Amino acid sequence: MLSYIIRRVGYSVVMLVLVSFVGFVIIELPPGDFLTQLLTELEGRGDRSAEDRVTELRLRYGLDIPLLPRYVKWAANFVRGDFGESFALERPVREVIAQRFWLTCALAVASILLVWIAAIPIGVFSATNQYSIGDQIFTTISFIGLGVPGFLLALLLLFYVVQFTDVDILGLFSREYRDAPWSFAKFVDLLKHLWLPALIGSITGTAGLIRIMRGNLLDTLGQPFVESARARGLKSRTVTWKHAVRMAINPLIVILGSEALPGIIVGNALVATVLNLPTIGPEFVRALQRQDMYLAGTTLVFFTLILLVGNLLADLALAWLDPRIRLE
Amino acid sequence: MATATLDSEVLLDIRDLQVHFDVRRGTVRALEGVNFTIRKSKTLGVIGESGSGKSVTARAIMQLLAKNGSIVSGEMLYNRQRDDSGDSELIDIAQQPSDSQLMRDLRGGEIAMIFQEPMSSLTPVYTAGLHIGESIQLHLKPRQTVGDQMAKAIARQNRIPREEARQIAVEMLDKVGIPRPEERVVSYPHELSGGQRQRVMIAIALSCGPKLLIADEPTTALDVTTQAQINDLMLDLQEEFGMAIMYITHDLGVIAEMAEDIAVMYLGRIVEQGTTDAIFYNPQHPYTRALLRSIPRIGQTEGSRLEVIEGMVPDPFSIPTGCSFNNRCPDVMPGVCDARMPELLIAGDGQRAACLLHDPDTMQEVTRARVH
Ligand SMILES: Nc1ncnc2c1ncn2[C@@H]1O[C@H](COP(=O)(O)OP(=O)(O)OP(=O)(O)O)[C@@H](O)[C@H]1O
Ligand SMILES: [Mg+2]
Repeated sequence: MLSYIIRRVGYSVVMLVLVSFVGFVIIELPPGDFLTQLLTELEGRGDRSAEDRVTELRLRYGLDIPLLPRYVKWAANFVRGDFGESFALERPVREVIAQRFWLTCALAVASILLVWIAAIPIGVFSATNQYSIGDQIFTTISFIGLGVPGFLLALLLLFYVVQFTDVDILGLFSREYRDAPWSFAKFVDLLKHLWLPALIGSITGTAGLIRIMRGNLLDTLGQPFVESARARGLKSRTVTWKHAVRMAINPLIVILGSEALPGIIVGNALVATVLNLPTIGPEFVRALQRQDMYLAGTTLVFFTLILLVGNLLADLALAWLDPRIRLE
Repeated sequence: MATATLDSEVLLDIRDLQVHFDVRRGTVRALEGVNFTIRKSKTLGVIGESGSGKSVTARAIMQLLAKNGSIVSGEMLYNRQRDDSGDSELIDIAQQPSDSQLMRDLRGGEIAMIFQEPMSSLTPVYTAGLHIGESIQLHLKPRQTVGDQMAKAIARQNRIPREEARQIAVEMLDKVGIPRPEERVVSYPHELSGGQRQRVMIAIALSCGPKLLIADEPTTALDVTTQAQINDLMLDLQEEFGMAIMYITHDLGVIAEMAEDIAVMYLGRIVEQGTTDAIFYNPQHPYTRALLRSIPRIGQTEGSRLEVIEGMVPDPFSIPTGCSFNNRCPDVMPGVCDARMPELLIAGDGQRAACLLHDPDTMQEVTRARVH
């Protein structure tokens, strides 16, 4: 088990290095990027403070040395927590991300909780009552949920709320707390705002997970071990939950780690843009548009990190849940 | 309710059991009147071609039919012996709802079943010990010792404590011949061989001291040596625990060794039931005879071909009228067998056979018709 974990962590590190290199190349890629623009602009100005700033930037980003050492330098800075500067926001990337990182995580966790709390019982109900009216209703709803993109839902909801209620829906905080320091009241305010974007963000995921859960459980319910559990005299509820669901849920763990978690963090950029949420997604999109490459590259590496950690956690959870995997 | 009485040596009496399945094309009449009896502590072998309804019968007894299936009519009279009082009561299993408390007590507690697929009959994420313990905690009641606070508390909960259940599980694993049971009790299914898994299934089945063990082709998925071992084990355990066995198989050789009684099934009906000797040495139904001719025998002249039963089992939607075997029967009487339904009647060495050849009224008519 320990060697399995070490091996998995090892793979993740290798993967991270590869992706960070790609991220770095992306940063360097655009010829007209922010840094060169800034440098030309500063050099053009020609005054002393500008010259100092140019040398400082050249030194910091190692612009005089070749690509590979430059990458190493960047990576070393990265590990130390220096992610470079967001030229557009004129603030260190680290600050920009830190501010949004925890809110992004809070939103993602809330969404995932909603997805699982809704999808598992519904999927189990649908499978154990296959073709019943209830199953057909849930099936229809989940297909609609799968078909409608999240940002469209967000737009519709936004329209409805703005038009017919006076709820302050945009953002994650009420106006009075937006720039206030953290306090319990601010936290409560966050919770009040969080559920709505979490709900929107979880609809597509819930719909998908219902389908998967229903299908998995139907397969599992046809397995001999389910029949032999019933033949032992167990209550049908025990057979369903302790034996069938317990088995049917394993593949979902993988989906949670490899798709749901990163998907909710990254994929909801559109929803977050529509709802004007202070999360990483919209900032990443903006950074790409503005060619704010240090911000974009760093975000990319962070996304990968989340993806890898998600995968790792899922694999560990699965190994913990399924003795057959532990063996390998 | 069942007003009928049972011979005290009879454990289960199935009378005219009919089971239908709803499918898209219509109704599959899987059982069309099944009649047989299982004697206490004896083995009934059930044989018959694929699709004759052996597994459906077994599942009907457990009230474990698929959702689209239902018991349309008939009785399954179970002679329930109260261990504590010694009284017996008659339960018609056909009348019990599948998820009722009574049915759940019987399933696993008094009627246990082992299946054809030992490889996948255990939940992969649970240990052998958990499976056995689960059954024990469900069905066995703790003995109450007066004065012992702990025992009283447990008895109130009416459950055997986990540690004791584990102990019983270890004993059971030992009984079914699994080496190092102390270690094996925490093994997961994938760590056991097919034969070992079937042994675990038997341990689960017998852990609660059932009166009837239904074994639906328990060795089909195993290799020949293991098959013999499992069958021997079942015989040994039957001697020790005294349960009756309903042994479903295609293997007539095994049946001859294991069973005191045999029921022969064809297309949802019992066509012949009797003692093993009667069935093997003096079969009365043409189908039984054909079935017996289809097995190879030692000393059979080399090159002489094994007889197979002519024709195919008809599909469930085009079962012939009259005796359902008439289109394949070598002794068919045209105009008679396709018009009339034979009943199970005493024939040969005291067995019962459902063939018009043994129906005196029919035969009288046939002879009279020939004379004229
Ligand atoms: N759930 C079901 N739905 C429809 N038909 C079914 C169902 N279960 C069983 N049957 C039908 O009932 C008949 C008897 O099946 P059964 O499984 O009892 O045969 P069997 O004698 O056990 O055969 P085998 O030797 O192959 O195990 C078959 O025609 C089968 O198609
Ligand atoms: Mg079968």
